[in-house]
This record gives sequence, structure tokens and C-alpha cells, in this order.
Amino acid sequence: MGQTIKIDDNLASSNRPLSMHPKKFALWLFMVTIVMIFGALTSAYIVRKADGNWLEFELPLVLWVNSIIILLSSATIQWAYFAAKKDELNQVKMAMTITFILGSLFVIGQYYAWSELVRMGVFFGGNTSNPSGSFVYVLTGLHALHLISGIIFILIILVASFRYKVHSKNLVKIEMCVSYWHFLDFLWIYLFGFLILYN
Amino acid sequence: MDLAHISTDSHINHSHDHDHDHEELSWIQKYIFSEDHKVIAKQYLFMGIMWAIFGGAMSLIFRLQLGFPNASMDWLQPLLGDWIKEGKLDPEFYLALVTMHGTIMVFFVLTAGLSGTFSNFLIPLQIGARDMASGFLNMLSFWFFGLSSIIMMVSIFLETGPASGGWVIYPPLSALPQAVTGSGLGMTLWLTSMAFFIVSSLLGGINYITTIINLRTKGMSFFRMPLTIWAFFITAVIGLLSFPVLFAAALLLIFDRSFGTSFFLSDIYIAGEALQHTGGSPVLFQHLFWFLGHPEVYIVLLPALGITSEIIATNSRKPIFGYKAMILSMLAIAFLSFIVWAHHMFVTGMNPFLGTIFMFLTLIIAVPSAVKAFNYITTLWRGNIIFTPAMLFSIGLVSFFISGGLTGIILGNAAADIQLHDTYFVVAHFHLVMGSASFFGMLAGVYHWFPKMFGRMLDDTLGYIHFWISFVGIYMVFFPLHYIGIAGFPRRYYSFTGFDFTRSFTDLNTFVSIAAIITFTAQFIFVFNFIYSIFKGRKANSNPWKSNTLEWTTPIHPGHGNWVGEIPTVYRWSYDYSKPGASEDFIPQNVPYAHTPESNLPNEVDPVAHKH
Ligand code: HEM
Ligand SMILES: [Cu+2]
Repeated sequence: MGQTIKIDDNLASSNRPLSMHPKKFALWLFMVTIVMIFGALTSAYIVRKADGNWLEFELPLVLWVNSIIILLSSATIQWAYFAAKKDELNQVKMAMTITFILGSLFVIGQYYAWSELVRMGVFFGGNTSNPSGSFVYVLTGLHALHLISGIIFILIILVASFRYKVHSKNLVKIEMCVSYWHFLDFLWIYLFGFLILYN
Repeated sequence: MDLAHISTDSHINHSHDHDHDHEELSWIQKYIFSEDHKVIAKQYLFMGIMWAIFGGAMSLIFRLQLGFPNASMDWLQPLLGDWIKEGKLDPEFYLALVTMHGTIMVFFVLTAGLSGTFSNFLIPLQIGARDMASGFLNMLSFWFFGLSSIIMMVSIFLETGPASGGWVIYPPLSALPQAVTGSGLGMTLWLTSMAFFIVSSLLGGINYITTIINLRTKGMSFFRMPLTIWAFFITAVIGLLSFPVLFAAALLLIFDRSFGTSFFLSDIYIAGEALQHTGGSPVLFQHLFWFLGHPEVYIVLLPALGITSEIIATNSRKPIFGYKAMILSMLAIAFLSFIVWAHHMFVTGMNPFLGTIFMFLTLIIAVPSAVKAFNYITTLWRGNIIFTPAMLFSIGLVSFFISGGLTGIILGNAAADIQLHDTYFVVAHFHLVMGSASFFGMLAGVYHWFPKMFGRMLDDTLGYIHFWISFVGIYMVFFPLHYIGIAGFPRRYYSFTGFDFTRSFTDLNTFVSIAAIITFTAQFIFVFNFIYSIFKGRKANSNPWKSNTLEWTTPIHPGHGNWVGEIPTVYRWSYDYSKPGASEDFIPQNVPYAHTPESNLPNEVDPVAHKH
């Protein structure tokens, strides 16, 4: 016991060792739940694929374009963050606007990818569908849903930035938005890589 | 002893700058959409009790069928309407009842009712915080549960019946209305309800974890936290990692049911007609489900164990035996709970080698479980035991945990499980180790923290009567089921008299049913005590159990914000009971070592005031 009590007291007298902004912390936990959902789905994918009876098809090429778009958007949102830190408010607005546009383009692009899939005869449901195709729809669709929530978050920050509420003394919200967006970007890259690898 | 010691340090809890404690709130904000964790906890408790009565009553109806297969059930017609046909319970409704009973008890009572009540109530009070990290999300969490409850309740009154494929909702049973009518709209509502339930659990869990990590009062290091908090913390982490997986499974099932996909449905012929589904794997669903399902049983159990740790230590007037071992066991259980799920699937035709691995991992869980049981017993050993009702229920929990855990070890052996799977043996196992143990933990918690919740005491005599009838009754209900199970009787069968090999068990089943009726009825002693004492109970003093934890340093009726003035600082762990040399047999956590020179160990000194 002796040793630990010493350590405990050190912890107690320092300034809340593990303290992180509670809202940011909660956001990270939220991202953990998203990871678990997609972890479950991709594991289910692997397990199901091992069973055989698996339709093989080419992923639509537009997914590559979309991936580049979303990578770019990560860069622009980071730019917005740096600008906010330096109180370059006009740059913040511009960078956030561009991110917003890129994000929306990504969602539109994903929708386009779906119509490509349909044109190729890969359907979500119905008697000609195969789980391999359905999985692609579920993974991209669920990701797009989360991405839309990210776009709404960006919109909120954008509005706030027009009201001069995003600056170096008020960074928590934009920091959360940036983390979430990078996370969604990363998640897409994971999903895309996964689909390429296991298709 | 100076209990109201005020720290001279200027570090006050800063994280609540967004709270405006002294505003006048409207009635609705105070009691319906409250953001006060204590009110939300009570909302969960009331809702949990309501569901428990409902779920319990359902089990009585199917116990009547099992225990008295020839009796007429006409007298239930006014209540059940068309579900009673010619004096008999409709077989499909039997399945619906079993399914709803399981769903309600596992999720609504022992997950939401238990974690929702005690995590909400105790986390801020015991770690020294004014409220949860986000009162708003907390309120939202409760109301998602409310929404989920309403939807589930509506599904029970559908003409086609509620979901009937078992609480584990295996497809294809749950996916095809042709299988059972409850798999139509009833199942859709079940899935919708559970989706909201998952959102509610996740919001709650995120809040619990954030609060515990970020809002502990000064001096409340991790290894000074009461074991209740550790248990709630680990429970929330398990929930955070496993509920999303159930969500994923439910989502795919929704697509299979309503959008024509075939994730879980392979080629199926009904009346010679092929369904349009092809290529799915029903076993895949079981993997996803049990990846949640097994951790879920610990989500249900761990809070009860945490509550028990606190109550047993307090009422044995002894430090908990093996504080760190308790934490480590819980961490080990949490970790292992994620890699044993396939022990529910030994008979799905899985590779026997894989089965062996899961068997091995499953049996390892017995080790940390045994450590916990051992530590409870050694805490009791030679303690100055005070048999409060809460203490009795906690000891009862330990008893159920041991007797039900032992059968888990039997089931964990793949070879034995081939015989026992899906028999009443499994029913006996989990009703003891999960159902009864967690239920007792919940009751123990209510008996123990009632004074803090309502400022009054529950009646002890009624508590003792409630305990003894429940304790004996539960063993009378579930012990015989082991034999019925070993003899091979499958669970979820409507009729015990339908087959030659089960006819001999009618007597035993009658006995079980009578015991169940008595046990259920005895719960109303508690309900009466609970409601009566809220209004008329003996007034509580500020620390009725002479306990060390921080919640007893708040006013008898704590307002929103919990403490008037500064939050107490913590100087020691919460288990300084009967410390040699001390003048009293307990030293609350907020008493500095400087005030207790007579009992300090050589290394116990207060932290030196630090530079500012
Ligand atoms: C020593 C530790 C334990 C072991 C080795 C163990 C093992 C098992 C096994 C192998 C089964 C599957 C039986 C079958 O379906 O054929 C099972 C079922 C079950 N166990 Fe345990 N168990 C243990 C402790 C627990 C605890 C602590 C809980 C809950 C708090 C629990 C709750 C359940 C439930 C709910 C089921 C049945 C689920 C269902 O099919 O509806 N078990 N257990
Ligand atoms: Cu299990």
C-alpha cells in the first residue's frame, strides 16, 4: 500500500492529471462506438466471405476520385484550424467553406458510385443481389450518414465563424469538428482499402 | 472528528462553469426533463421497477402454463383476450411472452434499470462532482430509453403479437413472418425499440466514462475510488464497445427483413416455394449477437457486484479484502468477456478446434470470478457484521453468483454443452448467476441508498421478510430446473406434456410454478415498502450506515449541485473501516490524515500544500 499512497498523493497535488475537456473526451468515446460498428460490419464481411457464394465485381472508379476529395477536405479543415489559431478569421471562413463544399462533393460522389453499381448490376437487395454487393452499400451508406453529420457540424462552425465566435481563445468547438472530420476521413480510407483488399 | 473540514486549497471544481444552480426551474424541467443526475436516476429506478413488475408478471403466465398444463386459463381472458383460446394459452403467445420476458428483464430492468439508476445516482455523488459531464445528454439518454420503452410496450399490444423469436432474435425465425406472426410488425417494433435503447445506453455510457475520468474531486485518484465507481466505469466501457456491434447486427437484420438483402438468410423454402433470399448466413448473426450478448451479461452483473462490494465492506465494518484484486478481476472479466462469445454457439456446427479455444477462454473467466467470490467471503470473515436488509441481499447475491457460476463451468465444456445446450439447465444457470444475482444487487442498492435518494428509511422488518421469501423462493424456482435440464427438456417449449420423455416432470414443474408465484407476490412487499417509505418512512440522518463514501457528506436532501459550498477534498480510500487505533470504526474519505494521527500508518501523510 505504502508505495501507491505516495503516488496517489502526488497525483492529488498536481493539477488533475488526466483532465481533458469533457466534451472533447465524449467525442472521442463517440468515435470509439463508430469504430466498433464498422469493426463489426467489416468482420462480418470477412466471415461471410469465407463461406463462399460471393459475387466478385470491380469497385466503381469514382471511389478513387471521392477518396482524393475527402483527403483534400482534411487538408482544408486543418488549414481552417491553423488559421483560427492565428486569428486569421477570413481564412477560417474560406477554408471551412471549401471543406464544406468538398464534403458535399464527396457525398454526391458516393451517390454516383451507387448508381454506377446499379448500372453494373450489383444491387442492394432483391433476388439477384448477393451479400458482397449489399455489404458495399451498407458500408458506404453508413459512412455517408456519419459524414453528413460531420457536414452539419462544419456548417455549425461555419455559422459560428461568421459570428466571429471561432478564434484563438475559443478553439474547443473547431478542434472537435476537426478531429471528427479527420476521423471520418480516416474511416473512409480504411473502408476503401478494406474493400479493395477483400473484394 | 472534524468531518466538515474545509480545504484551504483554492482548487475548486472548475468544470461546472456552465451550470446555473440557483435558477428557478419549472416543474417540467425539475421532474420530467430534469438534467439533475439524481432525478434522472430516480426516473430510471421507477421505470425499472415498472418494467420488472411487467416482465415478472409475464413469466407467471407462462409458468402457469408449464406448471398446470391442464388447468383452464379462462379467467385470464379479460386480460389477454384472444391470446386465450378455449381456456388454453395460445402457443404463439407463449413464445411471445418468453421473448418479451427476456428482453424486458435483460435490457430494460437489469441494464437500464440497474446501470441507469446507480451509475447516475452514485457516480457524481461518490467521486465528488456536481453533476454528470453533460446533464443534457444524460436527460436525452433517459428519454431515449423512454421512447424505446413506449415502442416496446406498444408492440406487446399488437394483434399479431410482439417479437416471438426469443430475446436473442435469431434469424431466420425473427426475419420471416411466415415463421411466427410476431416476426412481422412486432419484430419491426422490437428492432426500432432496441435501436433507441442502444442510443440511450451509449449516451449514458459516454457520460459515465467522461464524468469518472474528468470530474473527480481533488484527491480522488483512481485507486481511491470506491469499487462501485470502478464497476460502473468498467460496465460503461464494456457497453461502449459491445452495443455498437448489436446495432450493426440489428441494422443488417432490418435490411434483410425490409429491403430484400440476404445477410443472414440462406436459401429457404416455405411450402415448396423458394424465398428470394440466397446466400446469407444465419450463424453470422449469432456471432454478431453474442459478441454483444456475452459482454451484456457482465454489463448486467458488474454494477451489482460493485454495489455489493460497497455494502459488504460497510456492513462488515472492514476494509474490502483485496481492493486491487477486485479491480484487476473486473478488468480481466471485462477483457475476457469479449473473447468467449462462441460458447453460446458450440452446437452451431463450428469447427471443433475453434470450439476448444473458446472453451479454454471461457473456463479462464472462472478465475477472476472466483477471486471476486473469495474476496467477498474474506471480507465477511470475522467482520462485525450488521445484517441490514441491504447486507442480506448482498450476501444473497454472492450465494447466487457462486451457485450459478459453478454451472457455468459445466456449460463451458463444449462436450457437456452438446447435451445441455438449449435445455432448462442453461435457464437455471443464467437465472441464478445473472437474473437473480443482479436483481439482488439492484435491491441491495435500493435498500442501501434509499435514505440518500429520498431522505427517509425503508422499513427493516418488511425488508427482512422480503429478503427471506425472495432468497428461499428463488432457489426453489431455479434449483429444480437443473434436473429438468439434465434430463434433456428443451427450453422455450410450450408443453411439457407433449412428449413421453418429459411427462414425469409435471410434479416438479407444478412445484416450481407455485414457488414462482410466491416469490413474485413477495416482491409487492417491497413495492409497498418503497412507495410507503417515500412519503411516510422514518426520517434518515445524514449517514445512516456510518459509511465512508462522499455521498454521505451531502445534505440529507441534496439540491442540484449536490454540495452546498465547496466540494469536499478526498484524503484517503473509502475503506477505512475499523482502522486500528481510530476512535470510531469508520473514517470518511474527506478526513485528512492530520486529523487522525492515532490511526495513521507510517506512510500516511497528507500531501504537502503545493505552490500556486
Ligand atoms: C464462470 C463463469 C461462466 C461460465 C463459464 C459461463 C458459461 C456459459 C455457457 C457455456 C453458456 C451457454 C450455454 C448454452 O447455451 O448451451 C452460458 C449461458 C449463459 N450465461 Fe453463463 N457462464 C458464466 C457466468 C455467467 C455470468 C456471470 C452471467 C451473467 C451475469 C452469465 C449469463 C449467461 C446467460 C444469460 C446465458 C444464456 C443466454 C441464452 O442462451 O439465453 N453467465 N454461460
Ligand atoms: Cu456467455
